[in-house]
Amino acid sequence: MTEQEIYSGLRGKFGEKVLEFMEEGTLNPTAVIKADSVAEICLFLKNNESLQFDSLMNLAAHDPDGESELSVIYHLYSTNLNHYFTLKTHVSRENGVVESVANIYRTADWHEREAYDLFGIKFNDHPDLKRILLEEDWEGHPLKKDYVTAEFYRGMRIEKVK
Amino acid sequence: MGALNHKFNENILITSLDKLLNWSRSGSEWYFQFGLACCAIEMMSAAAARHDLERFGAMPRSSPRQADVMIVAGTVSLKMATRVKRLYEQMAEPKYVISMGSCANSGGPYWQYGYHVLKGVDQIIPVDIYIPGCPPRPEALLEGLMHLQKKMREEHVLEKKEV
Repeated sequence: MTEQEIYSGLRGKFGEKVLEFMEEGTLNPTAVIKADSVAEICLFLKNNESLQFDSLMNLAAHDPDGESELSVIYHLYSTNLNHYFTLKTHVSRENGVVESVANIYRTADWHEREAYDLFGIKFNDHPDLKRILLEEDWEGHPLKKDYVTAEFYRGMRIEKVK
Repeated sequence: MGALNHKFNENILITSLDKLLNWSRSGSEWYFQFGLACCAIEMMSAAAARHDLERFGAMPRSSPRQADVMIVAGTVSLKMATRVKRLYEQMAEPKYVISMGSCANSGGPYWQYGYHVLKGVDQIIPVDIYIPGCPPRPEALLEGLMHLQKKMREEHVLEKKEV
């Protein structure tokens, strides 16, 4: 199935929860969806007989410019039917919340923890949402473009040594 | 010499305690492998057949209790730094540290924007030998070990090691 057909199907089923379809200027044609309906849309994409998206290849978070909303991007693939689809959702910079898909795709478990660790995006219903790369007592989320590096961490200097 | 006359002719060697201890120490630099990044590949290469670290008596150890030298090979992230310090403290005296590669020396390519990288392992533990390079070739590590041997041979047992 082409991405356009998949999008039309989603639009027909979920209506307003699917916001727009981006084809121009992106590498992969992408459907933009609402943050609180990610889980149900993924579940549909996975279980529908003619879609069978059984693999979440990647889950990424993105900060475009340090001011506007963050986004979470899902790259889906169907190993049976050999077709791809990309979902995207926007969340607010501070305390953004997205529905977790960790219970639908096991891949998402650590990917969501990474997005939480480095961007501060919270995932609802995640089985174990805690930092995955940085220490538990780290302050801030470093891949956000407005992140300011602290001078010290546990007495060790971080800023450029003079 | 009385009773001892001619009894140990070929089996007695006279030396100073310093020399004996330093000789044995420098001939068995058991190193604690601390491969943290690509420098570890060069360290493995140095230990393998072509460069053969073991001809110096240097063999890899996985426990700090059995090691004499800690080779910090690679990028020390702040999360790892606390572990590096702790493992260094668990090593038995006398202990030595080799800082291998630009990252362990100074932060290397993460010098300016590495929000999570320790800018030089000498900020948390005393370093005896610095080996430059990104990563250093096995020959450089061998030379570092030989410099450390030289340093060991000049030590005195009764003098406390300066840190």
